[in-house]
Amino acid sequence: MTTKQKKVLYRIIIAAVLVVLVSVSCSVWKFSAWMEALLYLVPYFVIGYDILKKAGKGILNRQIFDENFLMAVATVGAMLLGDFKEGVAVMLFYQIGELFQSCAVGKSRKNIAALMDIRPDYANILVDGQLQQVDPDDVEIGTEIVINPGEKVPIDGVITEGSTTLNTSALTGESVPREAQCGDEVISGCINMTGAIHLKTTKEFGDSTVSKILDLVENSSMKKSRSENFITKFARYYTPAVCYSALALALLPPAVRLLLGMTPEFQTWVIRALTFLVISCPCALVISIPLSFFGGIGCASTNGILVKGSNYLEALADAKYIVFDKTGTLTKGVFEVSGIYPEKGFDEKSLLYYAAYAESASSHPISQSLKNAYGEKLDLERVNQIEEIAGHGVKAVVDGNAVYAGNSKLMKQNSLSISQEHDEGTVVYVAVEHEYAGCITISDVVKPTSQKAITELKKNGIRQTVMLTGDTKKTAEKVAAEVGVDVVRSDLLPADKVFEVEQLLEQKGKKENLAFVGDGINDAPVLSRADIGIAMGALGSDAAIEAADVVLMDDDPAKIALAMKISRRTLHIVRENIVFALTVKLLCLALGALGIANMWAAIFADVGVMVIAVLNATRALRIRL
Amino acid sequence: MKKTYKVEVDCANCAAKMEEAVKATQGVKDATLSFMTLKLKVEFEDGADVDAVMQQALKNCKKVEDDCEIFL
Repeated sequence: MTTKQKKVLYRIIIAAVLVVLVSVSCSVWKFSAWMEALLYLVPYFVIGYDILKKAGKGILNRQIFDENFLMAVATVGAMLLGDFKEGVAVMLFYQIGELFQSCAVGKSRKNIAALMDIRPDYANILVDGQLQQVDPDDVEIGTEIVINPGEKVPIDGVITEGSTTLNTSALTGESVPREAQCGDEVISGCINMTGAIHLKTTKEFGDSTVSKILDLVENSSMKKSRSENFITKFARYYTPAVCYSALALALLPPAVRLLLGMTPEFQTWVIRALTFLVISCPCALVISIPLSFFGGIGCASTNGILVKGSNYLEALADAKYIVFDKTGTLTKGVFEVSGIYPEKGFDEKSLLYYAAYAESASSHPISQSLKNAYGEKLDLERVNQIEEIAGHGVKAVVDGNAVYAGNSKLMKQNSLSISQEHDEGTVVYVAVEHEYAGCITISDVVKPTSQKAITELKKNGIRQTVMLTGDTKKTAEKVAAEVGVDVVRSDLLPADKVFEVEQLLEQKGKKENLAFVGDGINDAPVLSRADIGIAMGALGSDAAIEAADVVLMDDDPAKIALAMKISRRTLHIVRENIVFALTVKLLCLALGALGIANMWAAIFADVGVMVIAVLNATRALRIRL
Repeated sequence: MKKTYKVEVDCANCAAKMEEAVKATQGVKDATLSFMTLKLKVEFEDGADVDAVMQQALKNCKKVEDDCEIFL
């Protein structure tokens, strides 16, 4: 509890004790009405002075019809009509409700903050051999910082000393720790688990991953969803409608009764009108909807899914078409050796050995993947006379043997016959001592979760999955068959992708949404064109992440189905709250007008509904899947 | 230019009113207040005197909701 809340709590306790004392002494001693009123005014002012003050200020500032005004009018009205005890009690209960609500909101705010507790408080820098804690904002690019075990990585950088395991769960939702060694890039927000590391920062704090994520999530609640806009619009008509109804309720029935020659019963109708006004406060709706979305977005971010706005979380629930980019989205986007086909006299190991050594000087992705597949550290003494033949491959002497490694043109050029042509991915043909030794195919590998992602999406009511790629038809179809997408379009230029997506956009129904999932710079236009753009966060380009509405921090396509589930659950809670709050309010309004619901029911309809709605909204934070 | 301020306000409806009040302040191009994060994001018009504008914005907020604070 904050000091403000505590102060209210003490006032409530004092006022409650006073009310009991006054009512007991009144029944014992039988005071005059004036004396009784005077006595009840003491607890009334203790509990309600701030409300009265605010109401007075509101009138001066022409802000009539706010809650304070309503409560002041309702309780003063009750006192004037002689119901002293009720007047004080209504004020008392109003304050209790407000306190409860303020605590509930504060608690959920804290819950959300805890979920996103990735903000580092300090960075350790070395000054004259001594560690010094400084504000991460003050650390310049290229500074060496030290991160001890148990500390958060405050700024993005590259490890210059030490190795460790990092807990990335706060960023990616991935619970398996990641190994990091000297030379590895580390993103801020991870927690260093085992060893102390030195990091050379590559970004300023403001541009670091952790700042970007926090900024994104905090701002997400500022993009309003359809439901929120609905409530804003609704409130625009609702508030004046209720106010005029209350006025009519106070004046019309007595007037009619007067005309009919009956007693006007002004008192009764004024009380009913006041009750009516107290019920009408739209706070429950106004707060619970953004709170639910905020909870849903918070829940998604703990799972490594960043949603940039409530509107996108809402749109995800109605996604029916999902269009994927291939490279980097469904596949890893890194080349790996996918097949080794040695000729007679060679085995897989020796073929790979020659190829890796021949390509040892190159930094091309192809040679990188050969080296990775070979696995052992290369002893550069064994290779010499490396010669790059542009557009063909390389020629080198490995262990005294002349080795050619490259495409089929290189083989032809040296009049070597290839026994078998391969056309999957990239093929490296190898010849040793003028004898064809075999070939190695290198291709992009499908992510292990891609197939599961597509199946999950189908289960979640996705009508069609489409894969768009700039790759050749053959490669595209192979990947498509492997992961199980419905439609494939290959050989596309970036502009063609936009065209394809636009066609699908025209095809789909009004209430259906299309999501595009991509990672590259060339995907940025499509990402912004689709109803929902989903980008791969770890591998993706900054442009793609910028253009996207949803970012998957760990590049796992299976997270899309998860995001959809969170979206649906959140919307479910939102609808529950709208229906619940409106039903109770309208019911109470009707009962209030008929004189069945009294001031107590009115307080429940205002504050009680709000508290229930807030508690329900916080469920969105704890969606379990 | 954009700036973010911390605010204090007790109810969601009041927060919405504050947002309107800040928006209506001269020199403010746009403003959004998130009740959940208690943060006010203000976009100023070009050449506006930020401090003066925010003082006025706070005054306007106090008018619609007395019990509020913007930490300038």
